[in-house]
Amino acid sequence: MSEPTVRVQKIKKNTVKTRLIIFGTLALLLLIGSIFSEHLTPYDPYVQDLSNAKAAPSAAHLFGTDRYGRDMLSRVIVGSRASIYSTLLLVAIITVIGTVIGVFCGWHGKWIDTVLMRISDMFLAFPGLVFALAVAGVLGGGLQNAIIALAAISWPKYARIARSQTLSQKETPYLKAAKLSGSGTWKIIFKHILPNIMGPILVTSMLDIGTMMMELAGLSFLGLGAKPPIAEWGSMMSDTRSLITTVPWVTFAPGLAIFVSVMIFNLLGDTIRDYADPRSRGR
Amino acid sequence: MQQPILKVENLTKVFTRKGQPDFAAVDHISFDLMPGECLGLIGESGSGKTTAVNMITRLLDPTEGKIFLDGDDITGISGRELRKVYAKMQMVFQTPTDSFDPRCTLGDGIGESLRNNGWGRSSTNMEVARLLEQCGLSADFASRYPYQVSGGQCQRAAIARALAIKPKLLICDEATSALDVTIQKEIIALLNNLRWNHGGKLTILFICHDIALVQQFCDRVLVMYKGKIVEQGRPDDVIRNPQNDYTKRLIESIL
Ligand SMILES: Nc1ncnc2c1ncn2[C@@H]1O[C@H](COP(=O)(O)OP(=O)(O)O)[C@@H](O)[C@H]1O
Ligand SMILES: [Mg+2]
Repeated sequence: MSEPTVRVQKIKKNTVKTRLIIFGTLALLLLIGSIFSEHLTPYDPYVQDLSNAKAAPSAAHLFGTDRYGRDMLSRVIVGSRASIYSTLLLVAIITVIGTVIGVFCGWHGKWIDTVLMRISDMFLAFPGLVFALAVAGVLGGGLQNAIIALAAISWPKYARIARSQTLSQKETPYLKAAKLSGSGTWKIIFKHILPNIMGPILVTSMLDIGTMMMELAGLSFLGLGAKPPIAEWGSMMSDTRSLITTVPWVTFAPGLAIFVSVMIFNLLGDTIRDYADPRSRGR
Repeated sequence: MQQPILKVENLTKVFTRKGQPDFAAVDHISFDLMPGECLGLIGESGSGKTTAVNMITRLLDPTEGKIFLDGDDITGISGRELRKVYAKMQMVFQTPTDSFDPRCTLGDGIGESLRNNGWGRSSTNMEVARLLEQCGLSADFASRYPYQVSGGQCQRAAIARALAIKPKLLICDEATSALDVTIQKEIIALLNNLRWNHGGKLTILFICHDIALVQQFCDRVLVMYKGKIVEQGRPDDVIRNPQNDYTKRLIESIL
């Protein structure tokens, strides 16, 4: 009777692993591609060729050219660096800040916990992107300020997760045993708490990569992120939106790049979540 | 007159929860524990035994009362001073597997108190191997993870961990309740063995809800009911001639 269940579990485990390999490889390719993006472009992305402006996609220019005759494919490839790196930086920042605050609140408790959690409630209750717009507006445009603005509104989610995880860790017998072994606060946090709570936090980060890429592109689109001539997908879409009816490829090319990368990172995040779930992995 | 290893005075824990009346899980309990003695603490589930020992080990702050270990008042201490106290007092938990960090090996767990007290890596490893063998496991258990061993083996490792720092007082909070009867017997035999081979100095506070086990293992027994100590004495006397109504019912339910 038990055999079919065993087989089902095995199949599930294998598909999760295959998915992990596929999406992991795709994400890695995207990353490596963005590191070497300057060497991968068929044309110089910044050189204008007005005689060949607004050319439709062809064998020579797969995504066509923009109004200055620059090759869209090259611009999209170069744009990957600003888009992907700023996204990863942003996600890394909010993961670290949120985790530090969350673990501190969960461990320390008392009034500091209450104060910090009320602050994070405030951020969570506010419509995020509106707040980011306000912050970016005050700080002025630029990719760096867009990252700061999005980091300011995005850390509370991580703080909440880290805090609740820390609270549940505090109740475990092994944490009591660690205290009885004479381990101090830092040792307990770094050796016992962090390794045990990193799983769910990292899964959240992976799932956030797609969202954050969209929001950064969104801010850039609104003129509050990357500034031309820097090739960044969001600002490229924004620059060319007036041409969407006549030369749609100049808007669609970066849009497609955003769509594909967000998909890859989201699917990778989903897969890691499934993989981290012990029920789909077994011991 | 010898001084007690552990002296508890009017220890009380009141839990306050929103929307519910205050609840005294432990209600003014006092007792002494003499060096070398094995004291049983029995009582039904929910009578406050774990809450009491969590306060004694300072994992939980008491609402009221004082705790003296080896003559020193340890009720209000914290930080470095408290960590020093843990070299004299150790505990074995009810759930063996959960009492080891799932991401660390058993050896890491057993050696943690030694490392915290300045032992080097290689001397710790040798001592961990010795402790494992003393507790009836082979030395290679040090590299296993908690989920790779059975409950009984894990509890042996937990006892090895508790004894690593050579404490004067060992507290066992239902250390055998989660195990099968045969494994239970083995663990009791191990504790008995360690008690006498520890230089005759190991003092044990043995928490249990099995009165028969307490009768064969302990010198003296305290009966706890709804947070209070309702009866105490030699196990044989308490069983033959219980004074308190609750103790009578407890014994009748077993016989
Ligand atoms: N943190 C807590 N908050 C509120 N009530 C608690 C807490 N811990 C224990 N209790 C209550 O205290 C009582 C005694 O629990 P416990 O000491 O675990 O009993 P025992 O170990 O004898 O089974 C129980 O009724 C339990 O529900
Ligand atoms: Mg208990």
